[in-house]
Parts: sequence; C-alpha cells; structure tokens
Amino acid sequence: MTEPAGPSDTTAARRLDGNAAAGALADLFAVDVTTARSRCPSCGKTSMLGAHHLYADAPALVLRCPHCTDVVLRYATQQGRILLDLRARLLTIPAPAPANESNGA
Amino acid sequence: MSVLSRGFRRGRSQERSDGRLPPGQYDAGDGFPVLSAGPTPSTPLDRWDLTVHDETGERHRWSWEEFRVLPREAVSVDIHCVTTWSKFDTRWEGVSLDTLLQDAPTTARFVLAGSDGGYTTNLPLDDVTGGRAWVVDTYDGRPLAPEHGGPARLLVPHLYFWKSAKWVRRLTLLPHDRPGFWETFGYHNHGDPWLEQRYSGD
Repeated sequence: MTEPAGPSDTTAARRLDGNAAAGALADLFAVDVTTARSRCPSCGKTSMLGAHHLYADAPALVLRCPHCTDVVLRYATQQGRILLDLRARLLTIPAPAPANESNGA
Repeated sequence: MSVLSRGFRRGRSQERSDGRLPPGQYDAGDGFPVLSAGPTPSTPLDRWDLTVHDETGERHRWSWEEFRVLPREAVSVDIHCVTTWSKFDTRWEGVSLDTLLQDAPTTARFVLAGSDGGYTTNLPLDDVTGGRAWVVDTYDGRPLAPEHGGPARLLVPHLYFWKSAKWVRRLTLLPHDRPGFWETFGYHNHGDPWLEQRYSGD
C-alpha cells in the first residue's frame, strides 16, 4: 500500500512532516534524530524520520511510515514522564562531529 | 513542546450545573473536535464488513447491507474525550452490541475492537453489554462522517471516547484482556471519566 491520502482523507490537512517532532525528540536524544534514517517495522522501507508523517493531534505524537503509514514511533509526556515507543527496525543516525576538532585545542 | 499538547488545548469553556460534567472536563458546546493518530481510512461500502471473531476464528460476518437491516436503536448520550472535552446530548443510531455479541462463548470476558488503519482498543465484555455499547453509522440524523469514524464506529459513551473506536471492522472475543493502541501507551486500561481514569496508575 502506498500513500492513502486523497480527497477523502479529511485529516490529511492536519498531518505534519516528521521535522515537526524535532523539538520534542530533542528532549530525549543528544543528536538531531530527524535526520536519522529509519527502517519501517512493517514494510521494511527506509526513510528519514523528518520525512515521516506526524500526527500531533492525538494524545501522543504518532510518527508513521510515509510508504505504508504504519506506526514507527510514539512519543508523549504524561505526568512528568516521557514515553517512547520506538518500533523502527533500525535507526541509522549521523554521528556528531568530534567536539575538539574545530576549536584548535 | 506545544506541539505535544494540541489535543489537550482547552476550548471555550462552558459551565454546567447539572452534574453531567465529569471532573477535569469542559463542555465543547457545539464543537466536535477531531483528534487523529493517523490517516482517515476510506473503505468503499461494497467492501466494508463487520466481523465477530473468537480465538478459533470468525463467528459472524455482516456486509454493509446485512448490517443495515439488523435491529437498530437510537440513543442520545454524553461523550467525554480524555483530552478533556465533553459533548452533551449527542444523537446516534446503530446496532447494540447485545445484538452483535448475543451468542458470545461463555469463556469470553473481553472484547478487542479492531479498525481500518490498525487501531485497536480493549473492553471488558461487561462494559459493552447490557445496553451500554453500539456500532453506530448515523450521527445527528445523517450518515456518520469519515472524520468521526464513518461509515461505522463503536460507541461506548460511559468510557473515555478513545474506547469508541472509529472505523470499527472487527470485534474479537477473548478470555483474557489484550490492551489496545492507547492502552499500551500509558493510558488507563479501563477509562472511566467519572473516576478520571486517564493514565495507567490513575
């Protein structure tokens, strides 16, 4: 199955791209994971998390595969706790540059 | 972090003094918020069916035409969303789960509702029988709109509205409880709005 959004998808206008989850995920990850590539647990296709489909109206952030729309990640804060349900089969995250290379130390 | 709480934004509040507003809720008035965790499915009615399963397989299947001629009920109920809006005197029409589950096996104690798009929610059988739950296809005298769960959704008004699964297609009878989409993500397993059972541990 590919993109099901069409004229009948009345929630399509409310869908965001995964980059909109960057702020929330930055509370949890030391690097920007929106540039990470994620392999979908359902269809196996790989996409940048920032290019996934984000549904933010629900009681959690729900990130879905842009190919099959299956859930890849759920994230919420509840009562002082962060909940993360990471279903991606593999996350490949660009490593940050070593901190001491650019300052001439 | 505001993006996290869009669904919980408090709308224009109206006070009620008749004791029908559960704790922590506000009256959404004429509004009917739509909160979506995914795309709106669109199953043509000629491909739509509703099935009842148990652990051994399918027990019943109704096509759209067969579902439409089952005994129907009209109900007017208050609904309460865990994101804190409530809506009063909502009018629905559909088929009671007493009709759909009337020959449930004696070992069944729970129901797992499954929807187009993969959503699931779990309910004790006692909460969906005895005239307390329906599969509805009509809202306010008109066919239920897709963004509100059409062509048909579950209606279990005495529990938070995430239990009233949109786009319901399958009811699975189980001897043991099997938590659904939100129940596996920190939300309360039962969801009684009068007890404010929002999160697990409440």
